[in-house]
Amino acid sequence: MALLDVQNLGISFGGLRAVDGFNLSIEKGQLYGLIGPNGAGKTTIFNLLTGVYKPNEGIIKLDGTDITGQRTIDINKSGVARTFQNIRLFKDLSVLDNVKVGLHNNHHYNTFEGLFRLPKYFKIEKEMNEKAMELLKVFDLDKEADYLASNLPYGKQRKLEIARALATDPKLLLLDEPAAGMNPNETKELMDTIRFVRDNFEMTILLIEHDMKLVSGICEKLTVLNFGKVLCQGDTTTVLNDPEVIKAYLGE
Amino acid sequence: MKAKMKCNKSTLSSMITIGMVVAAYVIIEILMKAGLVSSMLKGLLVPVCVYVLLAVSLNLTVGILGELSLGHAGFMCVGAFTSAFATKCLAEVIPSKGLCFFIAIVIGAAFAALFGFLIGIPVLRLNGDYLAIVTLAFGEIIKNLMNVIYLGKDSTGFHLSFKDSMSLGMGVDGVMLINGPQGISGTPNVSNFTIAFILIVLSLLIILNLIHSRDGRAIMAIRDNRIAAESVGINITKYKLMAFTISAAIAGVAGVLYSHNLAILQAKDFNYNMSILVLVFVVLGGIGNMRGSIVAAVILTLLPELLRGLSSYRMLIYAIVLIVIMLFNWAPKAIEFRKKHSLKNMLPKKASVKEEQ
Amino acid sequence: MSFITYLVQGVSLGSVYAIIALGYTMVYGIAKMLNFAHGDVIMVGGFTCFTLSSSMGLPPIVGVLVSIVFCTILGVVIERVAYRPLREAASPLAVLITAIGVSYLLQNVALLIFGSNPKSFTSVVTIPAIKLFEGQVTISGEAIVTLICCVVIMIGLTLFINKTKGGQAMLAVSEDKGAAQLMGINVNGTIALTFAIGSGLAAIAGVLLCSTYPSLTPYTGSMPGIKAFVAAVFGGIGSIPGAMIGGILLGVIEIFGKAYISSQMADAIVFSVLIIVLLVKPTGIFGKKIQEKV
Repeated sequence: MALLDVQNLGISFGGLRAVDGFNLSIEKGQLYGLIGPNGAGKTTIFNLLTGVYKPNEGIIKLDGTDITGQRTIDINKSGVARTFQNIRLFKDLSVLDNVKVGLHNNHHYNTFEGLFRLPKYFKIEKEMNEKAMELLKVFDLDKEADYLASNLPYGKQRKLEIARALATDPKLLLLDEPAAGMNPNETKELMDTIRFVRDNFEMTILLIEHDMKLVSGICEKLTVLNFGKVLCQGDTTTVLNDPEVIKAYLGE
Repeated sequence: MKAKMKCNKSTLSSMITIGMVVAAYVIIEILMKAGLVSSMLKGLLVPVCVYVLLAVSLNLTVGILGELSLGHAGFMCVGAFTSAFATKCLAEVIPSKGLCFFIAIVIGAAFAALFGFLIGIPVLRLNGDYLAIVTLAFGEIIKNLMNVIYLGKDSTGFHLSFKDSMSLGMGVDGVMLINGPQGISGTPNVSNFTIAFILIVLSLLIILNLIHSRDGRAIMAIRDNRIAAESVGINITKYKLMAFTISAAIAGVAGVLYSHNLAILQAKDFNYNMSILVLVFVVLGGIGNMRGSIVAAVILTLLPELLRGLSSYRMLIYAIVLIVIMLFNWAPKAIEFRKKHSLKNMLPKKASVKEEQ
Repeated sequence: MSFITYLVQGVSLGSVYAIIALGYTMVYGIAKMLNFAHGDVIMVGGFTCFTLSSSMGLPPIVGVLVSIVFCTILGVVIERVAYRPLREAASPLAVLITAIGVSYLLQNVALLIFGSNPKSFTSVVTIPAIKLFEGQVTISGEAIVTLICCVVIMIGLTLFINKTKGGQAMLAVSEDKGAAQLMGINVNGTIALTFAIGSGLAAIAGVLLCSTYPSLTPYTGSMPGIKAFVAAVFGGIGSIPGAMIGGILLGVIEIFGKAYISSQMADAIVFSVLIIVLLVKPTGIFGKKIQEKV
């Protein structure tokens, strides 16, 4: 059974049909790419998958459970985490605390224990610190743990966003243009990291990207979106050689 | 050992803040014992503590939750009135003044928290300046309602009216408890510096522990980026309400201290000017900086009193000082100027020399 | 018949609120700041006119004109000295607190010059009252003048904003300061102009308010200032028709609340209506809905 199964997803804003009849099926452990020209509706699909928008029609199933139309926080608890195209970090918190916010849901102590620093507070905080440092190490951010998130360079901010998303212990990770604004070296490094995350965390990843080198380098399957509709779907090499796709990208 | 050091890092700053308050308390107590504190200053100790409590509690809303509230005086008003009322009712039943005051504090805090919670539900749906104006509106509504409550007690029980004291229709043995605009009079004067100090330390502990806990991080995450906070599964409404309610409860405690330090408690004292005054403390002390709030509240409460010699000019001077400090602290040009001409640059330090090379 | 009397009173008071709210809304729209000192400019306008007409005995029209000019200059000076340096400050609260400081300053200067005893303001309106329905309903001259002023100002402002270069510049600056600057618009000048107009309107409002309610103290302006701000939010802050409608509605609600429900609770009623409106329509009656893009 597919981990993510989307059928006939659609949404309109006023008269604009932003996404229409969108189908997608991602197997567990797959690295899946969602590409398409600007304005094709890629980020809108992420917003639908994470409950930021409620779809007008269609069904989203995660691991067999229907999550269509649920609240963002519930969808996250069901196991979908994401990053954002325009970086959204908690900029006045430390790098470590950014990840610890991500750990929020799976590490509990109640308000009372927190306010009066009962033993459980220290135990769980210690666990969270260790777990967060572990994650930061994966992204080579452990030395900057005490920095304010806003003081990180751009590339590291993107990485921190991925670390924070992973901290929520998701089944499915959505990356919205993770390589945007990176130079070729940083992009290459990022590709390695993404592969590492997939292999070590047994993660299923769906990513939006414009950088074709990254897409062809790491994605196993692709969906091409144009004007809110699926243009082409399949293995990466097949899709990238499809004449329709080339036409959509380069024009006639 | 190393892990423990790391854990203590965040608490170190909290300990400095609380240590500062304790030190201030000890010094003032010693000075008082030595008879070096003027009676005017003695009279100001509790009011200063009231403003410190208000400032740190508002800083929780403004600095940590990141929402501008202009109705903080309303919660203080609730705490003041409910506790004064409780004290008057309990005075006959409970002989111990200390116990009575303790119950009054709990009641004041609880009612202020309840109001904070109920008002927070609709208010926290709004954003930015809209939220500010609605909190101001709620503050004014609370003040206005307290202003028209007439409540008396006679042998047949309690009598309540929103019109005037005549319409209560009390028997000859009736006693007015809340008398509309005249408010509550004759509340025992049980607030003192030590109790105020204990309440400040407690409130600070609660606020600082909150900030460095799981819940506090969630609240600050919402402040920094609501959408991202939602994406990692944080319940926005719950945490916003939590911060707002705790903030209101502490403002309520400030109200309890205030009402038990005055012979006559009137609703008109809790207008939006009071809320704004506290906001001034918060911004001058540094948004989100509890230590700054305390210092700003102390200095700015004492300043007009210390300027009393200048009589009618004192508030004028206060206003000018306020504007000048704001310009000096916040204007980008002033910040640049300060960096250029700061004392550090004048001293022949290695770092600055290095920079010039 | 008393209903009509109250209605007229409400519309008249509401027109004053509307004039103040117009100033508030323009300043907010362009500088994105709550100008807490706006209410005190009303008071300054009132005192200027009082000094010239009531004390020195000059003709009322001189008092009105001088007070408009004085407040206009005052508004520009306040903006230049206290607000402009903080426009790019790290926190929007900085300029808010400075505005509060300016408000204290104006109140205390007035307190030093005029003292805290209420001054009795001589109405500048010389039009006689109109009696309707065989004398059962009286419409005061002040009410008529206030209403006319309000309508004229509203039309004038709408024309100014839509038909003149200065007005278009205001719209541009309120949309996007940076882009406006790049298009060659003098942003500082435009913001100063907005403060000038807002403060001039405040002076008119001050004179009209004091003519209807002739007791003048250094704190006269603060409550109407807050209420006008409520009116501006009510109508949708940044919107000129919104300020107008919001102001008049607020005045009517206040007077009706006083007359029919409870005179002591009028303010609570006004604020409750604001809260209800904002909960139903979070950006006010004419406010634009802004959604954050994810």
